[in-house]
Amino acid sequence: MTFWKTALCAGAFGVATLAQAQPAPAAVTVYSSRIENLLKPTLDQYTQQTGVKINLLTDRGGSLSERLAAEGKSSPADVLITVDMGNLHNAAERGLLRRIESPMLNANVPANFRDPQGRWYGLSQRERTIFYAPGRVQPGQLSTYEDLADPKWKGKLCLRTGKQTYTQSLVAMMIAKHGVPKAEAIAKGWVANLAGDVFTNDNSLLKAIAAGQCDVGIANTYYYGRILSREPDFGNSVKLFWANPGANQGGAHVNLSGAGVTANAKNPEGARKLLEWLSSEGVQTAYTHGTFESPINTKAKADPIVQAWGKFTPSPLNAADIGSHQAEAIRLLDRVGYR
Amino acid sequence: MSALTPAAPALRRRGLLPSGRGFVLALPIALLTLVPLAAVLGLALAPQAEIWGHLWQYVLPRVLANTAVLMLLVGVAVLAVGVPLAWLTAMCEFPGRRFFAWALVLPLAIPAYVLAFVQMGLFEYAGPVQAALRDAFGSSRWFPDIRGSLWGLVLVLALAFYPYVYLLARSAFLTQGRRCIEAAQALGLSPLAAFFQVALPLARPWIGAGLALVLMEVLADFGAIAVFNYDTFTTALYKSWFDLHNMAAAAQLASLLVLAVLLLVAAEQRSRRAQRFHASAARQQRIALQGPARWLAGGFCLLVFAAAFAVPMLQIVLWALSVWRTDLNADYWGYAWNTLFLGLVTAAVCTLLALLLAWVRRRHTDALTRWTVRLAVLGYALPGVVLAVGVFVPIAWLDARLMAWLAPFGIETLGILKGSLAAMLLALAARFLAVAFHATDCAMQRITRSQEDACASLGLGPWQTLRRLHLPLLRTGLLSAFLLVMVDVMKEMPITLMTRQFGWDTLAVRVFQLTSESLWDQAALPALAIVLVGVIPVVLLMRQTERSAPGAP
Repeated sequence: MTFWKTALCAGAFGVATLAQAQPAPAAVTVYSSRIENLLKPTLDQYTQQTGVKINLLTDRGGSLSERLAAEGKSSPADVLITVDMGNLHNAAERGLLRRIESPMLNANVPANFRDPQGRWYGLSQRERTIFYAPGRVQPGQLSTYEDLADPKWKGKLCLRTGKQTYTQSLVAMMIAKHGVPKAEAIAKGWVANLAGDVFTNDNSLLKAIAAGQCDVGIANTYYYGRILSREPDFGNSVKLFWANPGANQGGAHVNLSGAGVTANAKNPEGARKLLEWLSSEGVQTAYTHGTFESPINTKAKADPIVQAWGKFTPSPLNAADIGSHQAEAIRLLDRVGYR
Repeated sequence: MSALTPAAPALRRRGLLPSGRGFVLALPIALLTLVPLAAVLGLALAPQAEIWGHLWQYVLPRVLANTAVLMLLVGVAVLAVGVPLAWLTAMCEFPGRRFFAWALVLPLAIPAYVLAFVQMGLFEYAGPVQAALRDAFGSSRWFPDIRGSLWGLVLVLALAFYPYVYLLARSAFLTQGRRCIEAAQALGLSPLAAFFQVALPLARPWIGAGLALVLMEVLADFGAIAVFNYDTFTTALYKSWFDLHNMAAAAQLASLLVLAVLLLVAAEQRSRRAQRFHASAARQQRIALQGPARWLAGGFCLLVFAAAFAVPMLQIVLWALSVWRTDLNADYWGYAWNTLFLGLVTAAVCTLLALLLAWVRRRHTDALTRWTVRLAVLGYALPGVVLAVGVFVPIAWLDARLMAWLAPFGIETLGILKGSLAAMLLALAARFLAVAFHATDCAMQRITRSQEDACASLGLGPWQTLRRLHLPLLRTGLLSAFLLVMVDVMKEMPITLMTRQFGWDTLAVRVFQLTSESLWDQAALPALAIVLVGVIPVVLLMRQTERSAPGAP
């Protein structure tokens, strides 16, 4: 059991060094399920500007919540950054996040992209919309997510697995819009129209549209942006269509990546300051350009690739509303055999 | 003490001596698995009628059938691949034998989830294989879709896991098949008949141990199964836990899983007679294959090697070459070192515990001890996340106690144990103890009872017997155990992800971060590094079994 001793020694040594340390600004510990390659440079910039050290730990969103819950009061985490509104909503409902008062965050983040009770705030938008192969589908044939359940698309549709939170959130939005029975009929129609087995990631899905396995599909826009940044010609074989553009169609589904201050944070002040900084106009650019997401802060400009997709009608539904239907959506997907 | 008096070991073996001691000795080691298990099962006590209704109606029937089918098919496939390959490279002579003997172990260094995403990338509709077919024939619709297919998943898992069976079966054939085969052939059996009637029954415990490891891997696997979007018991557990956020239901599923594994273990033990094995040191010529059989043997080896290692590695290398200029940085030394360090430390802990367990079980054959040992090696069949959370809960509790205890001294750290590697090492050791135990136990079985009885009659105590008889004879087995665990830990993903501290990213963590964003080509770089680091213990393992074979050329 030597490592117990080592651990205890290390602990004691840590205590000793802490006791001697100069009063530097307290470090902030971040648990994040956001891609590390792109988050880390932004956080390093924060350290340079403020001298605040940031400890970063990445994992799946669900695992991070479980870890926070298991660690309880002795958790080192100050900030939880996750992707998908379902994850944010769930973490808040489980009491893992604390309410924060921040006029700056309230100004930077639109009301429907933050928790009404102030426990979490969106930091970037990720639209989930329709993609199609221009040779085989005319934009005039496309309209809404709901329409993709119509038998006319039989054998032409590519979708992502129901195990993925993005699919779950889209279905949760359908439930929020139409109620369970109608949402179930839509999901059933989608399954009946599948061209092949569902995809485990949007990247392969978009490539499959290009290769001709299917004609239409639903994917997050930033995967498209990432492929475009590497292969500019990809835009000729797969095109983006903003879903539900009509006046009473409800607009395109917008998902979030967001963050909150943990309930047991040791440094809640430092955590709040970091979130405020991340939501500020200048940083929003850095936070979203590498990922091809849209900034949450309306003053910040998106990446040129993202801007080229043009304006669209976003769904006005509140993220917390959609998040609360997540569990229902998962069961609905099970019922219709959407794997 | 004369040899004529009934020896105590003999009596103890027949269960005539009081047997509480074995249990007492095995229990502390078993706690490594039992505590996390109890922590998780403790959550299972809240009734979850509503969710069970849903699971029972829409999820479980398919999931149970899927899991059974997958285990059956992968089990048959690893036997069909592993055992013949072991026999060919151990007992026969054909072109390329020496190369294949060790090359066929190399797939052990490739994690199953990496093999899965590489094969998927190669064979999916948009992948290079079908693209070439479309160029040639205009359509590839006739080509079976690998995405979500059962055959693709079985193929990947069989190619990833057959080395366990191959390694153990081969060392069995090398060390004890030879003299028996000579005898069998002297009695007029053909080589094929000798294989089926003599060598195979003799190697059964080893093959059984290899198969048990594979089946447990299949039960606990999440990474490869997620790539194929196939639903097993583990995915149902993930769904309840991380999607429906119902920890109690997940814990109940975990308890069912534990029950199923215990039944498997019991069945496997029951079917195994207490056989005795002797290492023979006969020098014997290999069976020189003639005519087409030579090429068939070489061709079969080449096919498996290409599918399990050469082709996927080529793809990984090509991807890695396309990104290394931008992605390779000094951090990789840190990742590689963390990976290696975790592998070494966990392997050392597991091997030591496995030795103690095997020895306790050897000396105490009562049912209570046997079941305690079985429980101790249960961790391997549990999905990593279950163990990780099971380790976290008690450690957080201990930390809270320690903090309360230290608070009067003005010490307010963030968790004394959590800030260390303890959680990660405990969870990893709990998971991989089974791997070390199987390898050690197989070696232990080769030591004859008469050797032990001889030591006892010479007046050596149990500890002296362990030191002077067992340890020298077990050296090979222990080294194999050590190396197997080491390779396994390097490939491990879920536990490392969930229990690590900041700054403890390993190569597997890196692969996860990139594949979760579907950056396959970038993920190839850390994947390649895992294989390169993992090949070292694999090659050592191979040399070990070669050397342990008496009279092996």
